[in-house]
Amino acid sequence: MLRRLHSLPGVVLALGLAFVALTGAVLSLEPTIARLSVPTIESGTSVADLASAVAARHGAVETIRVRADGTVTAAYTDGETDGLERIDPKTGAGLGPYVPSATSRFIVDLHRSLLAGDAGRIAVAVAAAAMLVLAISGGALLVTRLGGLGAMFRPIRGTLSERLHGELGRIAVFGLVLSASTGLWMTASTFGLLPESEAAGAVAEASGGTPAPIDRLAALRGVDVGSLRELSFPAAGDPADTFRLRTDAGEATIDPATGERLAFTPATTLERVGRTMEMLHTGRGAWALGLLLGLSSAAVPVFAVTGIAMWFRRRSARPRIARNVAARSADTVILVGSEGNTTWGFAATLHAALTAAGHRVHTAAMNDLSSAHASARRLLILTATWGDGAAPTSAKTFLQRLERFEGRMPVAVLGFGDRTFPHFARFAQDVAARLDAKGFPRLVPMKRIDRRSAQEFAQWGRDLGAALGHDLVLEHVAERPKTQALQLVEREDYGVAVGAPVAILRFCGPTDERTGRPARLPDFEAGDLVGILPPGETMPRFYSLASSTEDGVLEICVRLQPGGLCSTFLHDLEPGERIDAFIRANPTFRPNQGLAPLILIGAGAGIGPLAGFVRANAQGRPVHLYWGGRSPSSDFLYEHELAQHLAERRLTSLSTAFSRDPGDGAYVQDRIAADAHRLRHLILHGAQVLVCGGRDMALAVTHTLEAIVRPVGLDLATLRSEGRYVEDVY
Amino acid sequence: MKLALSALAATAALVAPTLAEARQVTFETTLKNYGGNGAYVVLWVTDAAGKYKGTLWLAGAKSKYWRHLSDWQRASGGAASQVDGITGASIGSGRTLKISLDIADAMIDAGYQIHVDTAVEDGRDNPSEIVVPLATSASGKAVGGRGYVKSFSVTF
Repeated sequence: MLRRLHSLPGVVLALGLAFVALTGAVLSLEPTIARLSVPTIESGTSVADLASAVAARHGAVETIRVRADGTVTAAYTDGETDGLERIDPKTGAGLGPYVPSATSRFIVDLHRSLLAGDAGRIAVAVAAAAMLVLAISGGALLVTRLGGLGAMFRPIRGTLSERLHGELGRIAVFGLVLSASTGLWMTASTFGLLPESEAAGAVAEASGGTPAPIDRLAALRGVDVGSLRELSFPAAGDPADTFRLRTDAGEATIDPATGERLAFTPATTLERVGRTMEMLHTGRGAWALGLLLGLSSAAVPVFAVTGIAMWFRRRSARPRIARNVAARSADTVILVGSEGNTTWGFAATLHAALTAAGHRVHTAAMNDLSSAHASARRLLILTATWGDGAAPTSAKTFLQRLERFEGRMPVAVLGFGDRTFPHFARFAQDVAARLDAKGFPRLVPMKRIDRRSAQEFAQWGRDLGAALGHDLVLEHVAERPKTQALQLVEREDYGVAVGAPVAILRFCGPTDERTGRPARLPDFEAGDLVGILPPGETMPRFYSLASSTEDGVLEICVRLQPGGLCSTFLHDLEPGERIDAFIRANPTFRPNQGLAPLILIGAGAGIGPLAGFVRANAQGRPVHLYWGGRSPSSDFLYEHELAQHLAERRLTSLSTAFSRDPGDGAYVQDRIAADAHRLRHLILHGAQVLVCGGRDMALAVTHTLEAIVRPVGLDLATLRSEGRYVEDVY
Repeated sequence: MKLALSALAATAALVAPTLAEARQVTFETTLKNYGGNGAYVVLWVTDAAGKYKGTLWLAGAKSKYWRHLSDWQRASGGAASQVDGITGASIGSGRTLKISLDIADAMIDAGYQIHVDTAVEDGRDNPSEIVVPLATSASGKAVGGRGYVKSFSVTF
């Protein structure tokens, strides 16, 4: 619901919002420019002295006014000429004619009415209302996603669009709420929708005596230019006319002969609020705020572009379910809990495979659970988790619906999540626990899928097939990859002597036959994944990248898995041979920005991305690498390159452990335990830990590190949630 | 712009009870090319003693800006009831406002004067920038203003 409220007006009004915001951002510079070019109004001069000095230079003065941009102007008549000039607020000296910039007026008109009069003003007001809804709902979405208000400034993970949208959003949300709400107030005021008083202040007749010199008028002497808004002079030749003085406090009539204040109408609360609203919206008189609002507004076009990109990706990720039978006649019901629609893709694959196996399958959102499903023979639930354990959009009402559900058929729950989150696929676990408590038999044990792993999904399919008594092959291609050809240019082989062959493989774009030069590589960074399709296969295998596009090669580190289709294929490759591959961004596994120390921990082929991070460390931030292999003489991957990085200070320290070293056999977690004091100190001072390698190693590392940080009141769950403990585990 | 005003629309004091005692008068106001946003313009009438008698037309719909028509505001009190039904859109730079009203014979050639106040956003307020007699002798003669009015004429 919240997401709908956010994306619907956002997508529909994106262009208009970006336009109004951009013109606003341009206007936000004006208070700063005015501050530099317009003499500032300082307290210490009385309005009487200022008016007297201006009057002395002209035949007649009609008004002295403080304009919205802080310029003080005087309207005067000298004989037959009428004039409007800028004056020095301290001395009353003339500074030349007042000619407002036509460009600025044009942009103001664009901003407030799109050059279309009242209709345009209403359109802009609609945009402002939409902006308010978007800013508030966006803030709420971000709070939910990051897991609470206290977590608002945690790093945001996701695609470039998601990160830009979220990171700029949490900075701009305050300014946008302020701009939109004050803008709405100003529109309401312009259209007379606020009960502001319209009439001028009380009218009073002057005594009719001979006018006194202006600088002697007591009621003007007592007012400082700092609070002046407008002073109107009495009309020449009308002895009953008075001075009319508007200040922040209200409006007064002043006798030109006696200098007495004849009447006073205080400013209403609404007027004061209105002035504050105007100041907050325009930044006039508050240039720093103006710039802040301008920066917030300047981000709106970025929100439009990234927001539409995210919306489009979500939409196109939701596949059409082919041959979806009616709920009541289905023997198998698949229920989907999805936030970004990715889970629907897995459901579609499962639906197709079950249909091919002869089942009558109905697929629906978890929120659709009803008595229509009660007669099904089995229920398969595929669900993602939103934020830190909440239900995703299409499953928000599932648990309430389950309470009223009559059926008790066997169920299988499959949870999709990210193992690096503190609560991996927690909503799926909650659903499974609730189903257990309600007495639903389990068809297969609940299973969790890490980061959309097609391999884990296929494994679950085999288990499900076994329970159903037939083969079930789930070949899921999450986002049908568009591959490109890469050509092996170099390979280094390690570990053969210790029975664990590992190869460092370097690829380039295939050689162009006309130019004889390699084709361009796709964009990637160390830590991203390359998906490789072995010949004749449709399911890609993913490897962590050890290089980035700038290095000019695509480098991976591959351990030969006994019986492994893809690793065998890669180990058999000779330079010049080609593979089909594509890049998948892995923005969660990447060093955080800044110069905080990095602690890199890996074993075996897991050193690949870690070596890439070291290689990219041109700025020389402290980097400590812990790595475990089998034998220093056989599988010390990157030995020479790491030595060079140490010399160049890209790498601060290197600790290696070799399990089959006859004199000093050890694992990487032993080195970590031995360095407990130093690591505790580094983590306390903001270091980020990146772990890459096999699951057993990663588990041993978490146990060791947990024990290291606990004495200082830290735990890995907290570090994970702050993005300071990240893993790439396989 | 030709405006057919009903007798009720204009201020009571200015309008004849029956058409037999009135004649149609056309007021034409052309603005200079001052290049700013639409001008607020008010046409109003004083008697021979200089006392406010009523408003003929106010161009400029948003009452919060009426205070800038300062002579009119001071003379009339500026209440919305003064101009109920006789307001229109503000007048753009270089544009003309032409209105025709039935004016009571008793007011013509009787020392009454037409005042025109103008004001423009970010510009100068021009109270009574035009003051001309409501006299048949001046029929059709255009006069210029000191502020935003290029020419103003009253035609009987």
